[in-house]
Amino acid sequence: MSARDDIFANIRRSLGVKGSETIRRQIVADRLERAPKGVIPKRGQVSGEDRIALFKTMVETALATVTEVASPAEVPQSIALFLRNHNLPATLRMGEDPRLQAMPWSETALEIAQGPSEGRDLNAVSHAFGGVAESGTLAMVSGPENPSTLNFLPDNHIVVVSGKDIAGDYESVWNRVRFAYGKGTMPRTVNWITGPSRSGDIEQTLLLGAHGPRRLHVVVVRD
Amino acid sequence: MTVHSTSPQFKQNAARALNDDQLQKALGNVKQGFIDKRQMAAAKLPEFEALRDAARDIKNHTLEHLDLYLEAYEEKVRSSGGHVHFARNADEARDIILGICRDAGAKTVTKGKSMISEEIGINHHLEANGIRPVETDLGEYIIQLRGELPSHIIAPAVHLNATQVEEDFRRVHTHLDAKRDLSEPVQLLTEARAVLRERFLAADVGITGANFLVAETGTSIIVTNEGNGDLTQILPKTHIVLASIEKLVPTLEDASQLLRVLARSATGQEMSVYTTFSTGPRRSADADGPENYHVVILDNGRSSMLGTSFEEMLRCIRCGACMNHCPVYHAVGGHAYGWVYPGPMGAVLTPSLIGVDKAGHLPNASTFCGRCESVCPVRIPLPKLMRHWREREFERHLTPATVRSGLQLWGFFARRPALYRFATRAAMGVLALAGRQRGRFAWLPMARGWTKYRDFPAPQGETFQARWKRERQGARA
Repeated sequence: MSARDDIFANIRRSLGVKGSETIRRQIVADRLERAPKGVIPKRGQVSGEDRIALFKTMVETALATVTEVASPAEVPQSIALFLRNHNLPATLRMGEDPRLQAMPWSETALEIAQGPSEGRDLNAVSHAFGGVAESGTLAMVSGPENPSTLNFLPDNHIVVVSGKDIAGDYESVWNRVRFAYGKGTMPRTVNWITGPSRSGDIEQTLLLGAHGPRRLHVVVVRD
Repeated sequence: MTVHSTSPQFKQNAARALNDDQLQKALGNVKQGFIDKRQMAAAKLPEFEALRDAARDIKNHTLEHLDLYLEAYEEKVRSSGGHVHFARNADEARDIILGICRDAGAKTVTKGKSMISEEIGINHHLEANGIRPVETDLGEYIIQLRGELPSHIIAPAVHLNATQVEEDFRRVHTHLDAKRDLSEPVQLLTEARAVLRERFLAADVGITGANFLVAETGTSIIVTNEGNGDLTQILPKTHIVLASIEKLVPTLEDASQLLRVLARSATGQEMSVYTTFSTGPRRSADADGPENYHVVILDNGRSSMLGTSFEEMLRCIRCGACMNHCPVYHAVGGHAYGWVYPGPMGAVLTPSLIGVDKAGHLPNASTFCGRCESVCPVRIPLPKLMRHWREREFERHLTPATVRSGLQLWGFFARRPALYRFATRAAMGVLALAGRQRGRFAWLPMARGWTKYRDFPAPQGETFQARWKRERQGARA
């Protein structure tokens, strides 16, 4: 018997089932189809300005920084200012995201590089799929628009998120992922990011910038 | 069983740990940090207790239908372009992984933190076959340099102090300036980051564990704070996920419920920094990500726990809260437990996986104070399960003869309440009389194990039951 068949047989023997029971199959199919939500904390169940304000507070609680701009056109200047304020070089890597591509980068002195990171970039910008106010979490999806390497390799990661894409809870983000990719289908990688990289492995001392970005900066676009 | 176990020598291990000053200093960090942080995180979320119930129920539901969720998961992984392999035991899992690494022509393999990989001893197997495994979680990297096992499931190097890490880095990173300053923890972190960055970029295969597997989408989930698990999986051409059968959850919503209790219980964070949902290999248009995606699903004795009282242990999400709150763990640390899983969860799981004949000491190393159960995010009744192991050990005559006869003697009296009350009353009376001068005993027959280290307080002359009865009558009157 193959390892697979053996394991399934042992699971079924232990559970006292055959695997063909219609009721069990129905229960499982139903749960996979309906994906019931469970307990949703009240904290994130606010809307409008309150939700944006909660998101920003939670982003800062997670030791990231956050700023707000009124329109996509203001993003390049805001990022240039952030880099300048931290004495960082005026370089920036990004993917093919049309929202980022449409921004007026030429108004700044930033040197823009395109495509995934090979590990030598200091700064990168990505556009988030969404945000979650409950915990100040960014939801990133992989693809040529926003390569996953940009989330992890650069020292300083800047994430642009549209105010209208900030949800109260994770479940709302999953609904949007299903709408965008189809039920039961996912992009290669979804990254939830809550603050910059850190480690407490040496004497339980919290240190930022373990393997991923030392700084995470979020730009909320209000449009 | 694959990784060598010193669980049978728990008593010697514990004695050594209690006399290890470095270890005792490091263990102080566990008591201080984890407990307060978890408490604060739980207090900030009014729904935390309801989420613990939900987490328990999701796991119970999944385990009851595990065969069907595994089938659904397997189909989804395949339809998203990934491969699923099943391994009955550690030997099979190691050979599958070695085979994938060989097919990939791998020279070096980076690894995210995975307790299952410790359980199957994959590092040793890869090394023996000419492939270099590189642990990338900072704590795991440190203990790999030292040739040790993790002493904690989420803080593998918690038993070490910064000066010990500095010594290891100086010993191993010989290409760096010998006069460099490493006196601050941040300097150690920066050095490890630079050294490991090169390893990440050079690796041919990346191996991660999985916190959860999602049946709905064929997704594996990992949770890290460092980002090492992500660099491990997106940079090499091949990503191998190593997971055991009980990691399954039905849907993304179910995973989200569990994630809400995981980080809070583990480190006291609202959410860990990186929660990563990986499904299949990179898509044709993707600019990065692995070209091959393999999942190795390990049983290693778990399917036989289903349908028994130890099924509840399969709910465990490896947060480490039980050991963070355990007075025995605080006293002896993780290595004393002698195998991969320490603390209360290890005391229940280890006998299931390597046999109660080898790991029987572990469920006995508990005061049954109940703190582990009170903080477990999936409400595993750890003290009850440890008691079940003690019973099995007794039934199988694995308990030492003196303990057996002691328990049998006690059992004789305990089943005869009147005799029990008479005997304890007599004993307390005698002891109270004998100890009335000093109020304590420096020596007692048959109690040398206690009196060798401290005095035994003399009883006041009344038994607990008698006092209980008296005070309750007093309260009623």
